[in-house]
Amino acid sequence: MENYSSLERDVRDMRAYFGTGKTKEATWRESQLKALRKFLLENEDHIFKALNNDLGKHQVEAFRDEVGTLVKTLNLAIKSLKQWMAGKEAKLPRIALLSSAEIVPEPLGLVLIFSSWNFPFGLSLEPLIGAVAAGNSVVLKPSEMSPACSSLLTSVLPSYLDSNAIMIIQGGPSLGELLLKQTWDKIFFTGSARVGKIVMSAAAENLTPVSLELGGKCPALLDSLTSSWDREVLLLKVAVKRILVAKYGACAGQACIAIDYVLVENSFISTLLPLLKVWIKKMFGENPKGSNSIARIVNKQHFLRLKSLINDDPKVKESVVIGGSFDEDNLFIEPTILVDPPLDSAIMTEEIFGPLLPIITVEKIEDSVGFIKSRPKPLAIYAFTKNKSLQKRMLDETSSGSLVFNDAILQYVADTLPFGGVGESGFGKYHGKFSFDTFSHHKAVARRSYYTDFWFRFPPWTLNKLQLLEVAYNLDYIGMLLVILGLKGSKRRLINQDEKLHDKQF
Amino acid sequence: MESTTMRRRFDSVEASAMVSDLRVTFDSGKTRSYEWRASQLKALTKLTEENEQAIVQALNSDLSKCETEAYIQEIAMLKNSCKGALKELKRWMTSEKVKTSISTFPSTAEIVSEPLGVVLIISAWNYPFLLSLEPIIGAIAAGNAVVLKPSEVAPATSSLLAKLLGEYLDNSCIRVVEGAVDETSALLQQKWDKIFYTGNGRVARIVMAAAAKHLTPVVLELGGKSPAVVDSNIDLKVATRRIIAGKWCCNNGQACISPDYIITTKDYAPKLVDALKTELEKFYGKNPLESKDLSRIVNSNHFGRLTKLLDDEKLSGKIVFGGEKDESKLMISPTILLDVPRNSLMMREEIFGPLLPIITVDKLEESFDVINSGTKPLAAYLFTTNNKLKEQFVMNISAGGLVINDTALHLAINTLPFGGVGESGIGAYHGKFSFDAFSHKKAVLYRSFFGDAAIRYPPYTNTKMRLLKALIGGGLLGIIRALFGLS
Repeated sequence: MENYSSLERDVRDMRAYFGTGKTKEATWRESQLKALRKFLLENEDHIFKALNNDLGKHQVEAFRDEVGTLVKTLNLAIKSLKQWMAGKEAKLPRIALLSSAEIVPEPLGLVLIFSSWNFPFGLSLEPLIGAVAAGNSVVLKPSEMSPACSSLLTSVLPSYLDSNAIMIIQGGPSLGELLLKQTWDKIFFTGSARVGKIVMSAAAENLTPVSLELGGKCPALLDSLTSSWDREVLLLKVAVKRILVAKYGACAGQACIAIDYVLVENSFISTLLPLLKVWIKKMFGENPKGSNSIARIVNKQHFLRLKSLINDDPKVKESVVIGGSFDEDNLFIEPTILVDPPLDSAIMTEEIFGPLLPIITVEKIEDSVGFIKSRPKPLAIYAFTKNKSLQKRMLDETSSGSLVFNDAILQYVADTLPFGGVGESGFGKYHGKFSFDTFSHHKAVARRSYYTDFWFRFPPWTLNKLQLLEVAYNLDYIGMLLVILGLKGSKRRLINQDEKLHDKQF
Repeated sequence: MESTTMRRRFDSVEASAMVSDLRVTFDSGKTRSYEWRASQLKALTKLTEENEQAIVQALNSDLSKCETEAYIQEIAMLKNSCKGALKELKRWMTSEKVKTSISTFPSTAEIVSEPLGVVLIISAWNYPFLLSLEPIIGAIAAGNAVVLKPSEVAPATSSLLAKLLGEYLDNSCIRVVEGAVDETSALLQQKWDKIFYTGNGRVARIVMAAAAKHLTPVVLELGGKSPAVVDSNIDLKVATRRIIAGKWCCNNGQACISPDYIITTKDYAPKLVDALKTELEKFYGKNPLESKDLSRIVNSNHFGRLTKLLDDEKLSGKIVFGGEKDESKLMISPTILLDVPRNSLMMREEIFGPLLPIITVDKLEESFDVINSGTKPLAAYLFTTNNKLKEQFVMNISAGGLVINDTALHLAINTLPFGGVGESGIGAYHGKFSFDAFSHKKAVLYRSFFGDAAIRYPPYTNTKMRLLKALIGGGLLGIIRALFGLS
């Protein structure tokens, strides 16, 4: 059991350390980023082992989704740090009263990161990279539901980093509550909407800005992929593989951007199902449980939740066409596919977060647009189609954190694309430079010299001055000249002014 | 077109019905076209141009704001913003193509700005016209449906806005709700796609807590004690005039970015005080309470609040200029206090009025500690010719925005983000930042079916592992080597 009695004091100390300005230095930031990279490279095997312990993840999946992506991000951050830290000049209008204007990024101060259990390294360290690059002090709380990974982060990572500025702390909900009682300059939360609301409510007491990376039901639509008939089979094969790996290959579907369900035309089902069966076998093998080609369910609670999604509703159970077996001892669920479970069943109203894939049939594939639109905005929408007008409709009429055509999940590795949700799937964005920006305050800095102001900037106010200000504002230089020379009349009359204050020229 | 002012009691049921209505209209796609957005922005411009006198009258009624301030600081600012938005709208609406790397090869990607949906804008009383319409420009440009709740503390402007927005803008997408606490609470109970609030920290907490229930993102434009640090190596006359311009020429100090207090050295303070006295007399005459160029204190509430600040025992004998009050006219004259104790009431809360305390220090560098011991303000000002001091100021003082050798001006530059940090707020706007504040930046990735790397998919093998590693970190040579099984 952790003893949190020193937490308040530790947080205070960290704030004081931030106040010394150490974390703002470019050299400090670079050293921490390099140390993070060293941690990953030197502890790869331990990381794979921890991920296997907590989630039964295969080493390659772990590298592809967590270690590899983190190293990529670190390389980018180290390379780009100076550029990110530099101020950006702001264009000035022609009547530049200012000699210069720029936007200077600065760290927010002391930030809190809550991570999640499904990608325990990725979701802890991607935000940490942004926070450190931006020059903040950080407290990171990884999820207690992936204990081997959290332990590794808590016990090994700190030895690589400046522990005056970066603290990694393990614990459950009570630690979370205690952390929320402290004062932060930013809170970055990855998790469920339910807890997201608790975090934001706590943040509101101190006007702390938050980023909420939540989830939702990420739909995929699969169109017939005809371009030339002899290539259709090839394209369909690629689409099927991508869909399958985006469900069962992504932590067994326990990923915020995993495909939750698929929409297809009902005439397509008979072609699709055998293909799915074949490729599940080819990709995940005869014994996915033993080969770790599919991860485990994280714990008994989630296992039973998933089981009840199928078993609690006979109509849902009937709709299972592939898979459907649950191994409680090993927390393993085989790849399961359902066709047209009732739309009001739990499996179609709650985020599934597991290896159960409902296929919903529609008359025409275009009906998918309305189907998706009428539901809460998800973190991602995936559209497998070559039909340009359907692509345009998806782009214009649906809203989601991201939209991917002809693939899934891959947007996670694109550093130039903002990663985040909208509506129920959250707000705020990160990855690449967006991570740096999300943990920065972009400070406006304007400079002037002492050259005399236009005399008409100051009271006492007269009609003449008002006129001059008006033309100056409209960048009307000729007008200014005319007014000054007394050659431009005014329709205006100043209200509430004594007659004698009117300028004698008029 | 009917005025949209609510005459019946506006409760939660009404608010919910209004939001549903607007959502239906938004879902129809009406607000998304360039034509609609441009037409509304043009209508806003027309609204402002055709009703200048009425607006000036309303501001005069609510705040005794003089015509010049009303015109320059509210009307002209708003017109410029409208013009700027119209000019840039097409460019803002265009998606941003972004480069993709080998990790997603082959692919193309872009970032598309889309409206959030139905947004709520809660405005303030001190610049009631500007602070209502400036955010609306951003919301409309970004393609949203909008509900505006103007401040009831500026009632003439509130009802003028309700009338004019009802006449000039598309009522199916843009509504005004007038009222006070009850109406605001009813609005805050609804689910919005964004809430934009201008005001104080106390109410901001209520707004954010309400937003949290629906996971609604917020922009909070708040205030704070914006300090002005004055060095001795400056052109005193110019600096003094600029300080006065930012303080008393801005609604008689009732502005979020007015210099709240001054920090200067003990030696320099007397010179500064003399300069302020001289210039203030030039600006407002010997009898400032009679000057038509000074706004009044908005209401008796705030008049009482400011009187209380002045009556603080700790401040006895500190007034070096002004201090005159006329309760019948709700006027307080420009007042300067010297050597104000740090623990006085006046130094513990945002003044928001025509009182200017001067804090003195031995060395000017100490001013940084004074500022950093408080919460982060919306603005901070420094008057100096010492370049090193300027850089230290920029590096070490955290505020929404900083101005060197002037006050308040950064507000008028729409290429600078205007917003706070810490207690002074969350988010920013003006210019393109307004458009961005009311947009969702959607990541769009277009993938080809070709170049499908088998290494992505199970069954997982060591070869695939090697290739993945090379792909992610190894560069071209690494990839080639991995492909040939050489690593």
